[in-house]
Amino acid sequence: MLARIYVTLKRGVLDPQGKAIEHSLHALGFEEVEGVRLGKYIELSVRNGDREPASRRIDEMCRKLLANGVIEEYRFDIEG
Amino acid sequence: MRWGVITFPGSCDDQDALYAIKHALGEEAVPLWHKDRDLQQVDCVLLPGGFSYGDYLRCGAMARFSPVMDSVVRFAGTGGFVLAICNGFQIACEAGLLPGALIRNRGLRFICADVRVRIEQTDTPFTNQCTRARC
Repeated sequence: MLARIYVTLKRGVLDPQGKAIEHSLHALGFEEVEGVRLGKYIELSVRNGDREPASRRIDEMCRKLLANGVIEEYRFDIEG
Repeated sequence: MRWGVITFPGSCDDQDALYAIKHALGEEAVPLWHKDRDLQQVDCVLLPGGFSYGDYLRCGAMARFSPVMDSVVRFAGTGGFVLAICNGFQIACEAGLLPGALIRNRGLRFICADVRVRIEQTDTPFTNQCTRARC
């Protein structure tokens, strides 16, 4: 099965990369953009098995390595 | 004092650190490898700067799981000295040796300039020969 994980900066954590992208979009004439936050997208191919334990394992991966709980939050969905 | 300097894949200031300990401090320094578990009875572990694991995922996030870091965390827990510089500092944060996390600089411009450093504490093993305030 396929897990899609989204890691984003917590609300309130400064995101200078997002700000730089926002400025560039404005410079290109996309003035309607009112905010940009940059995050990470991670795809995991996981051996097929029961969803419930797989979900628990993926949550553990996020907490241990994929996201830093001090400044980031994460969410994921599983397909297949 | 006997120092151990750890080399992770992508460390690039490890040789500088070994040189500084041996030639500027005149003390003993041994190189340690990221796969080592034995810290070779050093009194202080130095986590050097560089780009461990190419800064992938987050700076220091991968190096934190090196076999040697288990030993470093245990060593620090029993009162061992750890000096963490630059990318080493990021590794120390990721390993939970220091609280918090590092975020990106407010501006995205690269700055290379001398900065004045204020000594906040003079009762630590690393700063006890400094005088308070500027040093």
